[in-house]
Amino acid sequence: MKRMRKVAIYGKGGIGKSTTTQNTVAGLAEMGRKVMVVGCDPKADSTRLLLGGLAQKSVLDTLRDEGEDVELENIRKRGFGDTWCVESGGPEPGVGCAGRGIITSINMLESLGAYHESEDLDYAFYDVLGDVVCGGFAMPIRDGKAEEIYIVCSGEMMAMYAANNICKGIMKYAQSGTVRLGGLICNSRNVGNEKEMIEQLASQIGTQMIYFVPRDNMVQRAEINRKTVIEFEPTAEQADHYRNLAKAIDGNDNYVIPKPLEMEKLEKLLMDFGLMEAC
Amino acid sequence: MLLRHTPKEITERSALVINPAKTCQPIGAMYAALGIHGCLPHSHGSQGCCAYHRSALTKHYKEPINAATSSFTEGASVFGGQANLLQAIENIFTVYEPEVIAVHTTCLSETIGDDIKQIRDKAEKSGVVPNGKHVIFCNTPSYIGSHVTGFSNMVKGMTEVATNTGKKNGKVNVIPGWVEPADMEEIKRLAALMNVPITLFPDTSGVLNGPLSGEFKMFPEGGVTMKELRESGDAIGTLALGEWCSADAARSLDTRCKVPCKVLDMAFGLKATDRFIDALRIIAGTSVPEEINRERGQLVDMISDAHQYFYQKKVALFGDPDQLIAMTEFLVSIDMWPTHLVTGTPGKKFEKRISELTAHLPYEVNVKTGGDMFLLHQWIKNSPVDLLIGNTYGKHIARDEDIPFLRWGFPILDRMGHQYFPTVGYKGGLRLLEKILGLLLDRKDRDDSEIQFELTL
Repeated sequence: MKRMRKVAIYGKGGIGKSTTTQNTVAGLAEMGRKVMVVGCDPKADSTRLLLGGLAQKSVLDTLRDEGEDVELENIRKRGFGDTWCVESGGPEPGVGCAGRGIITSINMLESLGAYHESEDLDYAFYDVLGDVVCGGFAMPIRDGKAEEIYIVCSGEMMAMYAANNICKGIMKYAQSGTVRLGGLICNSRNVGNEKEMIEQLASQIGTQMIYFVPRDNMVQRAEINRKTVIEFEPTAEQADHYRNLAKAIDGNDNYVIPKPLEMEKLEKLLMDFGLMEAC
Repeated sequence: MLLRHTPKEITERSALVINPAKTCQPIGAMYAALGIHGCLPHSHGSQGCCAYHRSALTKHYKEPINAATSSFTEGASVFGGQANLLQAIENIFTVYEPEVIAVHTTCLSETIGDDIKQIRDKAEKSGVVPNGKHVIFCNTPSYIGSHVTGFSNMVKGMTEVATNTGKKNGKVNVIPGWVEPADMEEIKRLAALMNVPITLFPDTSGVLNGPLSGEFKMFPEGGVTMKELRESGDAIGTLALGEWCSADAARSLDTRCKVPCKVLDMAFGLKATDRFIDALRIIAGTSVPEEINRERGQLVDMISDAHQYFYQKKVALFGDPDQLIAMTEFLVSIDMWPTHLVTGTPGKKFEKRISELTAHLPYEVNVKTGGDMFLLHQWIKNSPVDLLIGNTYGKHIARDEDIPFLRWGFPILDRMGHQYFPTVGYKGGLRLLEKILGLLLDRKDRDDSEIQFELTL
């Protein structure tokens, strides 16, 4: 019997978590892995590229409309490469409690058997909104739901700061549970010395930079067409980058409890590398 | 020994409360709302909150307590409670036809950040509130303050309907604080004797102390009317009894409608009643009638007749700040010794007031805001008392330590009478003394040796 790997992707808002997740999942699917993607964002846009823009009814919308009598087939849909796609969904901006929404939604998926052995999954991916602002957004890393975390970041200060902050959350849950940090994914913003800086950040946190994804407009073109790069332009160089990232994750055996940096250390890191470039 | 695990030795505790001397905000808001005529209290949260508060009030007042709930489910917690509350308002006005719905929140709806004012305004705009009917509200998160805070918040919510027409109506607003329906009746009686027209709010007399008539009335006769609440903005002044229970509402009327206010202690005991009567006299420009003088004289007479039994008797008290302040002053005035005081309701002024009232006494008074029954019990073990005063939750301590126990405050779950006999005013003072004296002398008769045992006391 194979063991399903449970992966959560975190990172600063707007850093490209959903794009990276879906492109990577496309790569894994191409390798023949069976993957389920669970979008944990009230905007419910984590599976758009895999589903080709198909409107996805979120778990919480379904719960609201159908009552508690929800069936698995109501809330998941097949996407590119036979992936299963689920969106937690959540309230409109400014009302209700999005954090509670994620808790509700993941509990519901579990009770409906979405993770059951009979589903024969190799991977479950949680794509989580922005910072871990409250207990709800930490749901995917609680109780061993996700066991490996990848943080998407770039060489920009705020992205690194957010990554470091997320490490604090992981550390808290790692000490009492099975969740571990698998590495940083650098989604390049073309900042000077970016690769070296993130490698340095990763090593100071005690992890690795698992892959450096270069910036390429191909990603935007594919997004406009509501597709992952692998589906939209399988021969593009960028598609290979995502395939490589997928392979790196598939073969990863580096899992750690992160050691988040003090603010001063983080700033020094940025100064050292940022100044190098300025000179 | 029910509380045999309570040690005598007091150790510092910072993170743990054992047997708190308070309960949560919405119960106070619900009680206050019942003091409006034709009002259905509404709990904006899950059903359990509403059920608990209804049953707790029923246990104390021995009356059915009607209240509605937004019945939050998992979905409402995630998407917000607006849809539930709008539906509830429509249903309630259609099915039960109250004059007013008084909405209070719960921890859940507060935490997810529901904006009650916006929802109420939406309800009014969308036409689910019939013409001439009202929805009032207040915020009552239970992780702030106590049941007293919730009461105060709802009373303040009532003042939001007040309007200032610019023409004074000659009436005086009296905000009685969290007292029994019988106390509210007594305050109205005193004001009538003084010939001062008052608007008392909230007013649960006639609502929670009604007769058994064999006929169910969803909305009994009593309570302040919405019309009176609207007109409270034209009053010549407001007397707020109790800093914790009533001051916020009085100050809100002052700010919004320019009704000057005076905050007094609750009218328990001789001096506090004197100040209340005097304030009524001054604000309305009347004189104190002979009948009230006579009642006062009777109270003074009883104090002096029974003084030998009260003298230097030690008392432990727990409950709500406004009540405890007035009671402490009363006890001190009859030469009893308040020794240990605990309230679960926050507010630094409490300890300060108690210290002032007891400053001249020849011993150190133990007083704690945000304290609990466990600490009170420990204090009693270290320095025993002759009398315990508080709500029913003191009965375990009273039994274990064998102390005479005066049930006074909220809630009283195991005795009757508080609904019908007031403890405010001079008459109320007489009743308090009668009860205290009865307890002390019953104890004396029980404990005296055969030689000491006297027929006449």
